[in-house]
Amino acid sequence: MDISQLLYDLFFDYTLRTVGLGAAILGIVSGMLGSFAVLRKQSLLGDAISHAALPGIVLAFLLTRTREPAVLMLGALIAGWIGTLFMLTITRTTRIKYDSALGLVLSVFFGLGLMLLTFTQKLPDATQAGLDKFLFGQAATLLQRDVITMGLIGAMALGLLVAFWKEFKLLTFDPEYAASLGFPVRVLDVLLTTLLVIAIVIGLQTVGVVLMSAMIVAPAAAARQWTDRLSLMVVLGGLFGALAGVGGTLISSSAERLPTGPVIVLCVSTIVLISMLFATNRGLLWNWIRSQQNRRKLRARAVLADLNTLAMQHPDQEHGHSVSVLRAMSTNPDGVSYALSQLKERGHAREVAHEVWALTDEGLAEASKNLENKRE
Amino acid sequence: MAEKAIEVTDLTIAYKDKPVLWDVDMDVPAGTLMAIVGPNGAGKTTLIKAILGLVKAAAGQVLVYGKSYAEQRHLVGYVPQRGSVDWDFPTSVLDVVMMGRYGALGWLKRPGATERAAALDALDKVGMKPFAERQISQLSGGQQQRVFLARALVQDAQLYFMDEPFQGVDATTERAIVTLLQELRSAGKTVVVVHHDLQTVPEYFDWVTMLNVRRIASGPVSEVFTEENLRQTYGGKVAFLSAAGNGKNGTQYATG
Repeated sequence: MDISQLLYDLFFDYTLRTVGLGAAILGIVSGMLGSFAVLRKQSLLGDAISHAALPGIVLAFLLTRTREPAVLMLGALIAGWIGTLFMLTITRTTRIKYDSALGLVLSVFFGLGLMLLTFTQKLPDATQAGLDKFLFGQAATLLQRDVITMGLIGAMALGLLVAFWKEFKLLTFDPEYAASLGFPVRVLDVLLTTLLVIAIVIGLQTVGVVLMSAMIVAPAAAARQWTDRLSLMVVLGGLFGALAGVGGTLISSSAERLPTGPVIVLCVSTIVLISMLFATNRGLLWNWIRSQQNRRKLRARAVLADLNTLAMQHPDQEHGHSVSVLRAMSTNPDGVSYALSQLKERGHAREVAHEVWALTDEGLAEASKNLENKRE
Repeated sequence: MAEKAIEVTDLTIAYKDKPVLWDVDMDVPAGTLMAIVGPNGAGKTTLIKAILGLVKAAAGQVLVYGKSYAEQRHLVGYVPQRGSVDWDFPTSVLDVVMMGRYGALGWLKRPGATERAAALDALDKVGMKPFAERQISQLSGGQQQRVFLARALVQDAQLYFMDEPFQGVDATTERAIVTLLQELRSAGKTVVVVHHDLQTVPEYFDWVTMLNVRRIASGPVSEVFTEENLRQTYGGKVAFLSAAGNGKNGTQYATG
């Protein structure tokens, strides 16, 4: 299938449109709320919550015997929430640390979920078929009705995020100061964590419990690379999430038997990789270029200083010094030629004969100025 | 005595089963600059946090200008230790300072032009106005400290708590803080500062509380900042105690 056909289908094919829309909603909500989770150093909380949701999904099915997504999502929501409360209670009341509590809740809840899932699959009736799709996600099972539910819940969560923007920002940056100002920090904390649980539950059907945490962490981590403003980071996080969601869904639907979750996660990982490497300001490439520029600047300075040292031993300023001497003096002999050409460009040095250099008046002034600064 | 800004009575705080503060009494008259000194683990930060209601007391009472902290919150400004937050948070200097107005703004309202002007004004007072648009991760330690001070200043409080503002700052920042303390005092404000450098206590402050889980002494520097009290506070780890009380002969105090 070629790309233009795929894009055409995205808008006019019912299934693809529904699935694409669902993936976009899940990407936006998880990317935006994930930004706060990442900044609050709660990246792994998302992992625990999504794993903890599995027993909730299966129990909801066992109790109601329907595979109505709204019902299963409610089960996931309750189980995810209980898992979170367990974790907070464990860290608050025992000596077990946060990371261990995360691991405990994740493995206990997920184990319980897998056990229930196996039990359910041995039941005689066929209604349970497809419940295991929640492990890795199956976008194709999304119906328009589900997407509308996702959209409404997601819009509610983002509405609350915008309404309490100022409070959540303060809570994330400096919770103790927020408490000293009189904000009910505990309540805000629970509210923001609940929104995170909602974001995760929205994505479970499409991405699956195993990989959903990537949708919380990755778009936010990528967004952080591009900006130093919280609002822009949150918007970019949503954008990256949506991009990965739609892209992954399209790719997985273009081939048979390709689980949606892993493909979406691969897409978002690509975005993270690109952001790590090429983001302006924080990206590795930019950092490398900047450090190279600094190094060249320093090298030119060093060569200038060396020329000055040589010049001081000769009363005649016109006296040239050979490049090989400068190379011998330099800690990085290979950079000397380039440094000299830079000095020439700035008018600090001139080539009096082939491979023989001397300082100009400006160069002399500059060198003594540098020396002066160094002494201070 | 003048009006009391803070009255702490019989305050006791414990983490798990270990007492952090034991039966502490402390009165701070309005309009004074008070230092809280004591060795590491003496409970200095905990005392401030208890007054601010951030740490739960096992027993005791705290009054701020005669009433509970919850009622008097609008009169109080707080400068936490700058190491208590992640300075890589994606926000600007101006934004952090405006957070000082969030409490007065209340729910749902966004900071606007008034808050912006107040924040710029406060930044000017600590010599950080040129850095208003700077991303906070690009600040030096001293600059971070001055941003936190500015954030407390926009709270426009009567009573300020500062937790180790002099910790690891450059000379410029130290001077800026001292000037600020003096300005606050002449404006009739009360300031309580957790302090580490014993040598500067007599120079910077007029009252001092010496703390080591129990309160050792509390009162005007000239009366209570004595060799005997220092020895009790630091458990004999203070060298050259003869200079205590004036601190102007350049003697170094070694604290443990």
